[in-house]
Amino acid sequence: MSVTTTNKAVPGEPLIRFENVSIRFGDSEVLRNVSFQAEAGETKVILGESGSGKTVLLKLAAGLLRPNSGRVMIMGHDLVDMKEVDLLDFRRHIGFVFQEGALFDSLSVAENVSFRLREESASLQEIESRVRQSLRFVEMEQSYDKFPAELSGGMRRRVSIARALIDQPPIVYYDSPTAGLDPVTSQTIITLILRLRDLNGVTSLLATHRVQDAFGLANFVFEPKSGRVLPVWEDANGRHFALTKVLVIRNAEVYFQGETTELLKSEDPYLRQFLE
Amino acid sequence: MPNAESRLDVQERRRYAVHALARTMATLTSKIPQSSRPAIISLIIGAIQRLLLILQDYSLLCVDTVAKAFTPPLYFADTLQQMDLIGVGSLPMILLTGFFIGSVMVLNTASQFQRFGAVSLTGEVVALGLVRELGPVIAGLLVTGRNGSAIASELGSMVVTEQVDAMRALGTDPVRKLVVPRVLATLIVLPLLTAIADLIGLFGAFIVSRFTLAQTASQFWNQAIQSLALGDLIQGTIKPVIFALIISTIGCFYGLRTHGGTQGVGRSTISAVVVASITVIVVDVFLSKLLLFYFAS
Repeated sequence: MSVTTTNKAVPGEPLIRFENVSIRFGDSEVLRNVSFQAEAGETKVILGESGSGKTVLLKLAAGLLRPNSGRVMIMGHDLVDMKEVDLLDFRRHIGFVFQEGALFDSLSVAENVSFRLREESASLQEIESRVRQSLRFVEMEQSYDKFPAELSGGMRRRVSIARALIDQPPIVYYDSPTAGLDPVTSQTIITLILRLRDLNGVTSLLATHRVQDAFGLANFVFEPKSGRVLPVWEDANGRHFALTKVLVIRNAEVYFQGETTELLKSEDPYLRQFLE
Repeated sequence: MPNAESRLDVQERRRYAVHALARTMATLTSKIPQSSRPAIISLIIGAIQRLLLILQDYSLLCVDTVAKAFTPPLYFADTLQQMDLIGVGSLPMILLTGFFIGSVMVLNTASQFQRFGAVSLTGEVVALGLVRELGPVIAGLLVTGRNGSAIASELGSMVVTEQVDAMRALGTDPVRKLVVPRVLATLIVLPLLTAIADLIGLFGAFIVSRFTLAQTASQFWNQAIQSLALGDLIQGTIKPVIFALIISTIGCFYGLRTHGGTQGVGRSTISAVVVASITVIVVDVFLSKLLLFYFAS
């Protein structure tokens, strides 16, 4: 399978589709018969406690892990059957923001962000302009020459987002992007994700244990004209809503999936526990 | 163990013979009812299965590395950087150690030769010992300690901080980007370091024999150089090439299979150094026998 065939979405197919996916490590079953799908432009918030398999789910969606059974369809292509060499090409069209950023600590911020472009042998001029553009988007241009060790946790996540965005991928996965951050920095990260969703139409999976992240994404939109983040509203043209849905994982299985409004109304004791 | 699972393509793994051996082993052992197996037998079977799996993964990494070393893209800048780290970085250690190993060889051999009045043979024995055996083994063990450990801990840290997964997510093959440059760099640099260790060792031997045995420069160097045949030089060159492969691939292998956080990095580093050191010494025995057989004349 060549790059040219793998990087195109199949018309009519949801961009991300899991079909009865199960994975186990030794005796421990991490995910069991997980099925869901995400349409183009949708942000699917994967909620779950620590160790519930959120990161594993994202890694399956990027082809970094292979399931024991089931199908992982991304842009209409089954990652399970793909060879590693094809997956490497395919992943160039997916952005992945790792939990702690996973920046290459021997490389500067600019080198980290331009990693993919340098692999593609882009010209130095193009690399610099695109790196600056990407860093400007996450408001980190001032850290161009710094090394990851000189950055705070929140700054690392922002650089990691810039690195994931450098090729403007149609799909981005965020692994606990706000974990361990203070409320203000968390809000900055969520705003960045909002901007990506509403400006670029990026489809994404966001793994988190913070229910606030789901509501932040579901209740606000980025308004490109004013450049401001606004609450969802309703006018004569209808309701302007944020394309965000929630999937809760519990005991290796999908426990709930739907809109945040449904989650909010749920009387289920486990979900209430989450909300409270 | 998610990291090990993610690195290797399951379909590709099945192509290799070692896996077949492990499966045969599992089939055979599964025919013995669990209840009728004494605990010690189960432990031994488990240990053998784990060993076979490690050998399988190591063989796969080696095959993958060799295949990728001959196909583009190759990372020349990374290879040069590793050559600098391994080669230039190890030079002071190799110079110092080589000098004193040569010196101590003279002291030990001369004390024995003096009993038979054959002190003039010192240069010959030291040259043969250094070029055939001690130069490659000492350089190999030193590079194992310095760079085998560095490779394992660096790659191990990258694995536990998800940098290797990030590399894969960015569409770059970690074997090409991380393993191949380290293996190529060690392959190029270790024979050179060995040659330097041999030379400086002979120089150390000459200094000691000059001052303790009152040998002249021409006596010592004539003996040393004339004793060396082409076969000895070939032996002294082939060994570091094989040792370089062992050290670098074992360092990379243990680094990439690291799990369990910073403690895991420590464990991988220790395993890499211990396994590579023992393998270098064991392989040296068989290699010496083989090379002596071919170059005995």
